[in-house]
Amino acid sequence: MPIYEIVFYVFSSVMLAGAVGVITVRNPVYAALCLVLTFFSASAIWMLLEAEFLAIILIVVYVGAVMVLFLFVVMMLDINVAPLKEGFIRYLPVGIVVALLMAAELLVLIWSKGRFEAGAYPLPAPNPAEFSNTKAVGEWLFTHYLLAFEVAGIVLLVAIIAAVALTLRHRTGGHRQDPSMQVRVQRDERVRLVKMKPEPRQGS
Amino acid sequence: MLTLTHFLTLGAILFSLSVTGIFLNRKNVIILLMCIELMLLAVNMNFVAFSRFLGNLDGQVFVFFILTVAAAEAAIGLAILVVLFRNRQTINVAELDDLKG
Amino acid sequence: MSLKMILLLIPLLPLAAAAVAGLLRNQVGRAGAHWVAILGVGISFFLSAYVLYLQVYGGLETQNLSVYTWMVSDGIRFEIGFLIDHLSALMMTVVTFVSFMVHIYTIGYMADDPGYQRFFSYIALFTFSMLMLVMSNNFLQLFFGWEAVGLVSYLLIGFWFKRESAIAAGLKAFLVNRVGDFGFLLGIAAILYCFGSMDYYEVFGQARSIEGETVSIIGGFEWQWITVICICLFIGAMGKSAQAPLHVWLPDSMEGPTPISALIHAATMVTAGIFMVARMSPLFELSDAALSFVMLIGAVTALSMGLVGIVQNDIKRVIAYSTLSQLGYMTVALGVSAYSAAIFHLMTHAFFKALLFLGAGSVIIALHHQQDMRFMGGLRKQMPVTWITAWIGTLALIGFPFMSGFYSKDAIIEAVHASTRFGSGVAYWAVLLGVLITSFYSFRLLYLTFHGQPRYRVDVGAGDHPPDGVLQHTPHESPLVVTVPLILLAIPSIVIGYMTIEPVLFGGWLSDSITILPQNDSVAAVGHHFHGPMAMATHALSTAPFWLMIGGFVLATFIYQFRPAVADQLQQKMPRLHRILENKFYFDEFYQKVFVSRVINIGNGLWKKADAGLIDGVLVNGSARLMGNLSERIRLWQSGFLFQYAFAMIVGLISMIAIWVMLK
Repeated sequence: MPIYEIVFYVFSSVMLAGAVGVITVRNPVYAALCLVLTFFSASAIWMLLEAEFLAIILIVVYVGAVMVLFLFVVMMLDINVAPLKEGFIRYLPVGIVVALLMAAELLVLIWSKGRFEAGAYPLPAPNPAEFSNTKAVGEWLFTHYLLAFEVAGIVLLVAIIAAVALTLRHRTGGHRQDPSMQVRVQRDERVRLVKMKPEPRQGS
Repeated sequence: MLTLTHFLTLGAILFSLSVTGIFLNRKNVIILLMCIELMLLAVNMNFVAFSRFLGNLDGQVFVFFILTVAAAEAAIGLAILVVLFRNRQTINVAELDDLKG
Repeated sequence: MSLKMILLLIPLLPLAAAAVAGLLRNQVGRAGAHWVAILGVGISFFLSAYVLYLQVYGGLETQNLSVYTWMVSDGIRFEIGFLIDHLSALMMTVVTFVSFMVHIYTIGYMADDPGYQRFFSYIALFTFSMLMLVMSNNFLQLFFGWEAVGLVSYLLIGFWFKRESAIAAGLKAFLVNRVGDFGFLLGIAAILYCFGSMDYYEVFGQARSIEGETVSIIGGFEWQWITVICICLFIGAMGKSAQAPLHVWLPDSMEGPTPISALIHAATMVTAGIFMVARMSPLFELSDAALSFVMLIGAVTALSMGLVGIVQNDIKRVIAYSTLSQLGYMTVALGVSAYSAAIFHLMTHAFFKALLFLGAGSVIIALHHQQDMRFMGGLRKQMPVTWITAWIGTLALIGFPFMSGFYSKDAIIEAVHASTRFGSGVAYWAVLLGVLITSFYSFRLLYLTFHGQPRYRVDVGAGDHPPDGVLQHTPHESPLVVTVPLILLAIPSIVIGYMTIEPVLFGGWLSDSITILPQNDSVAAVGHHFHGPMAMATHALSTAPFWLMIGGFVLATFIYQFRPAVADQLQQKMPRLHRILENKFYFDEFYQKVFVSRVINIGNGLWKKADAGLIDGVLVNGSARLMGNLSERIRLWQSGFLFQYAFAMIVGLISMIAIWVMLK
């Protein structure tokens, strides 16, 4: 159906434009925003491919969390934008050549011998309206890929701890309590009994 | 008529663009990380396309995990970047050559 | 004691003596060294004489023993073995006797030399090597002895190694010998190739089998195999026995102490070549061409070297050239198939030539190492024993009737006359003329040294190294250790010819060892006219050699005794001839220009360019430098820049994909 092609071409052009923008714009904030644009377009295309769950996840998790994090960092680091783009033009020809080479190779592989054409991989019929992609993915995930799922969770845990540990700065000078030390304290370290002679009262 | 080739082509071009970005970018480590995200996006595109055309959900599950790992990796990468900036006061890649031979 | 034990002791005792005197030289001291050496060689001499006695009187037959099999490879046996027949017994006795005399003489001659023990070690080692050579029963052991005597000769010529000229002379001797040895080795290889064995008897037995077979060498000429073999073997003899053109080392070898000139370069080593050709007579007889070659080389040497000897001033050089000339005589004898005459002359020559050398040595030490005859004269009054023994030796050398040299030399001359081989006519004139020349220079030596007025003066305060013509002490006769060997050598110089000519030459005593084809047998032809030694001596008055000898005597007496000025006048009248003779026919200059300078250039080139430049510079240092350069360049890739690393990774990835795509 032509609508599929139109949607596909529109969104893929936007995506590619966004990708080019990531590479070329000066301001890293703009680059991050271009990346967001790219992700949005990708999400639309995934919906076209009936991967609704992933499309939404892309936006919610990726754009909503990861790109926001990027923007946080970009804005936090006080960057001098101007000198950052020197040398770009000098290396552009080489870069373009390598990129074209890479693209050419991949495309040759993809297009050669009609490997991935309609004959070998026919488009299956679209799913019925009440088919829930999310439910299907969920079923698949929690049965066949349960172990991988749990491991993914641990990976995320590790990432959290790593990120915190990397950037942690101890503030100097502040008081802190160490409960484990407090519990291990001994009586001798706190109380010392001293024998003294009674002193006569001064005055009366 | 959309075929698998279209989606694979899209992924390929996206991948090349991100590769270009990695070595054209000489000044900004954040752009580098962003290009890595682009690469992962290209790969995800391939997976989803194959998943659709083969009628198998394994591709989508794999994308799920890639997204997970990509997020974790972005977080840690940015943490490293922050620490780097604290120590060097610059994110200019051309000045980060301590590993010079 | 079994015969095998005796035969083993004969070479091994000198070897043991050499080891003790050489390796334990500090422990045994000077006296210990000379006692050990003299005992070793002395006992060896008595044992050799005993073996000879057994052969002459006890009828001992030929012994062909194998002592030790070193290795058997591809069917060829490499053995140490002894072949003791009349020829080798004769050689053994001569070698050990002269060696014994020289050992005793050395005690007096080298008395104040710091290398005393080393000298004894060397001459005992030489005796061992020479004995191994003559007792051998196969070509490999022969070659071992051959090389060993060459080595010891080199060591002894350069004995006074602090002297530049001695070192150069030693090197020259070794290198020229090497050229000869190369031919020798080719000959042995050819023998191995043709006969498949190195044992004498096996080779001799098969010798006829290759008659007529030819081989193509150098430019497609077809040579007879047997001729090739014999000529190659003779080239070895040319080197060892100093035949022209490989004779140039012998005069220079006079740099060594006089005892070794007597031992090695008169009596033993130089005769190894003669001995070898005689031993190989079964092979040489089959090749007329080779024998003609031998004869002509010998004739050339005999004549030309005698001529050079006339103009020498150094007493030892005169005797050296005389040796060369006499070796030429022996070679001519071999060339006319008169092998027994050659061996006979070898034996007599050993005695009188050693006598002459040792006598010269006696004079040299009396004059405190002055060797130039122009500063001698009138010594007969101060050194009577030396004088008389020198006269005896000279009479033997020139072939005075009844002396041993007369019998051997005249036998050769007559054998050459009787031979019909190609070139024998030329050879006959050469040896005949040589008699005149020999007589002339021998008497010249006697007159200049012992007669006339002294051409030196004695100056007691002259210091340790006075100039030529001045002596610190009046010369006196040498001690007993010097004169007793002279006397002991003079005795056989007189009598041995008379006593042994009949059995050796005409009685077939050497017939076990020497093969002669009947048509070539020149000695037998001479034998028809032989009626005993007495008759031969009295008959001499009617032969040409006798009168030529007298002619030489008259000429020498006239010039050197009565009219010394004539010598100088002759020199001025014929300056070109004199110069040619003085420069020894320019052999040395020719070799230097053509061979030596080229070889030295090649050596230098190889040293500087090939070794230092190529191997050291390019291969060894160059590979290190290459690695260094390469690493320096590659080091730059480690820039530390992230984008460059990424770029490298991507390029690598692209390449791998490209290769994979192309393979698919």
